Amino acid sequence: MKTDIILAGVGGQGILTIAAAIGFASLYENKYVKQSEVHGMSQRGGEVQSHLRISDKTIASDLIPLGNADLILSVEPMEALRYLPFLSKNGWVVANSVPFENIPDYPSVDLIKEEFNALPNSVWLDAEQLAKSCQSPKSSNIVMLGAASEYLGLSFDSLKAGVEQVFRRKGKDVVDDNIRALEAGRQFSLKAQVR
Amino acid sequence: MQQLVLLGAEAIAQGALDAGISGVYAYPGTPSTEITEFIQRSRISSEKGIHSQWSSNEKTAMESALGMSYAGKRALVCMKHVGLNVAADGFMNASITGTGGGLIVAVADDPSMHSSQNEQDSRYYAEFALLPVFEPTTQQEAYDMVFTAFEMSEKFQLPVMLRITTRLAHSRAAVVTRSSLDQNELKLPADPRQFVLLPALARKRYKRLLSLQPELISTSENSEFNQLSSGTDHSMGIIACGIAYNYVLENYPSGIPFPVLKISQYPVPVDKIRELSGTCKSILVLEEGYPLVENGLRGILNNNVIPVHGRLDGAVPRDGELTPDIVAKALGLETKSGPGVPAFLANRPPSLCKGCGHIDTYNALLEALKPIGGGRTFSDIGCYTLGALAPFEAINSCVDMGASITMAKGAADAGLIPSVAVIGDSTFTHSGMTGLLDAVNENTPITVIISDNETTGMTGGQTSSAFGRLESICLGLGVPAEHLRVITPLKKNHEANVMVMSEELNYNGISVIISRRECIQTAIKHKKMSKS
Repeated sequence: MKTDIILAGVGGQGILTIAAAIGFASLYENKYVKQSEVHGMSQRGGEVQSHLRISDKTIASDLIPLGNADLILSVEPMEALRYLPFLSKNGWVVANSVPFENIPDYPSVDLIKEEFNALPNSVWLDAEQLAKSCQSPKSSNIVMLGAASEYLGLSFDSLKAGVEQVFRRKGKDVVDDNIRALEAGRQFSLKAQVR
Repeated sequence: MQQLVLLGAEAIAQGALDAGISGVYAYPGTPSTEITEFIQRSRISSEKGIHSQWSSNEKTAMESALGMSYAGKRALVCMKHVGLNVAADGFMNASITGTGGGLIVAVADDPSMHSSQNEQDSRYYAEFALLPVFEPTTQQEAYDMVFTAFEMSEKFQLPVMLRITTRLAHSRAAVVTRSSLDQNELKLPADPRQFVLLPALARKRYKRLLSLQPELISTSENSEFNQLSSGTDHSMGIIACGIAYNYVLENYPSGIPFPVLKISQYPVPVDKIRELSGTCKSILVLEEGYPLVENGLRGILNNNVIPVHGRLDGAVPRDGELTPDIVAKALGLETKSGPGVPAFLANRPPSLCKGCGHIDTYNALLEALKPIGGGRTFSDIGCYTLGALAPFEAINSCVDMGASITMAKGAADAGLIPSVAVIGDSTFTHSGMTGLLDAVNENTPITVIISDNETTGMTGGQTSSAFGRLESICLGLGVPAEHLRVITPLKKNHEANVMVMSEELNYNGISVIISRRECIQTAIKHKKMSKS
């Protein structure tokens, strides 16, 4: 069992936090993990990606080959599309619909949405709205993690434990906020599938 | 023994802590910064009094580490690839002096230039200096190699290079640690002249370095990190260096059909290469960086002419980092791809943060330069390099650390008057001060703007050696007090700042304007810290 995940977003949107939570969750299940991330110049409002690989067996490459990702999890709509060449035939794309517009030539969100609708397996959600509605306005990244929880190959309990470990140092309230966000994302995604 | 999840850079740091270093010396630079930061944060280093403060630049770092080694202790010095250019004088000569306590030079290369101005391959520097190199394939190897490299450094009394590239530096995986070693005792060199490189003494030391080479090669032949594995298909033999080996493994999940030589320790194991080439019809060389091994092969195989494929014949692209897909193509395997990227997708170039002081500095400078004309602003390495992009397009150069001041001086000497330098505070103390002294000595008509955000911003807000010292440094170098101006880059000060800049641009001599406002990122951090 192997899961290859591309995490995408813009510097400062919290994708490394998502990566850390998935990383901890994988270790709870005694799985091998490799997670490659981007540091330095590209963080200044630029696009950020992380390659996250989880497996029962040792993992060779730190990078995911093209056409192999089981999941593209993006906290920004346009950024999800940037990594489509990595997507495998049956892979899922889970993306936040709220654009991060820090460039003059940002395309229309309708165009982006159209591309999404053409994908066989995708979840499109307003993570900020969901985060607000569960009283965790700062946790839209964890809402996204919840929405993708079905496609990680990890149990939801492990994922919860991973989120808890990431936020433990910040106190119980912050942990609770994020667990609520995680569950809200998951619920949304489950309902979306039923439809 | 415990299991930790570490970045490749952090694995080196943990290895160094466990292998008993007494100090780390470094200047921040992507992708090497996390090595030193990890040691700074570690409880072990404060408990054991391990030195971990940032150095002013890579040269001072290299020399301090050599001094620690002179005194018998283990030292680690870290830098990015271009930092080794700055430290090269010390590095090249440390191979002649040799070491006392173990000395590891950890260099992080950045192929594909994710955050750099070139993609030079540090293995060439080690070959140039006739020093051994370790090049890990995994985070675990990075950790383990620190122990081996220190042992080797102390056995041969030579500095040893540990070379990683961006992918390994910034990728996390589990690492199993060992029990930690004690620090070395203080101990002077047995030969009091070992480190005195007067020509007559240096000639002897150089002969010693040369005489060690065969033994360095035989150590590589027997290294656990250099493994020759057999295969069933001898139409091709593969040489895979460092993380290139991972990509070969990735492409053959059920076993590699070809014989493979994994190289993670240099100088290259010559006999192993001959053994491989002797049984194969061709050789494919996969290496992250320049074609160093591929070039060397042509000498090693001179009596054994078989085709060698790699970066030089186009089997692998000549530039850029390797990926599993590039390696698959070189191996002649099919690659796949998901859907294409829609044409309407826009790039998202990095940009200055909202509220950044550099923005106000550039806005004032652009306005002050309007009556004089553009094309005369030389800049440097830092966040403010983003001033080259829209909407500012305010700078005309970014070459190497400190080059803004010296290039402005040369341009002014050529008649481009006034010329302007824009440099950050940390870059100024890294390599700008000596250039400023040149300009002071000749009273060259340049205006130096030190865009002072009171930190080393681009690499994540490390302490700046310049903090609290800029005025006294400039005055000490001889900048006249009336032409040392300090402004605060804020919107509300725009008119006043333009006026100050115009005055100094029109002054026919050396002037320095310190434009000071704390980095918006560190300011937010400080605010949070004072709240909690």
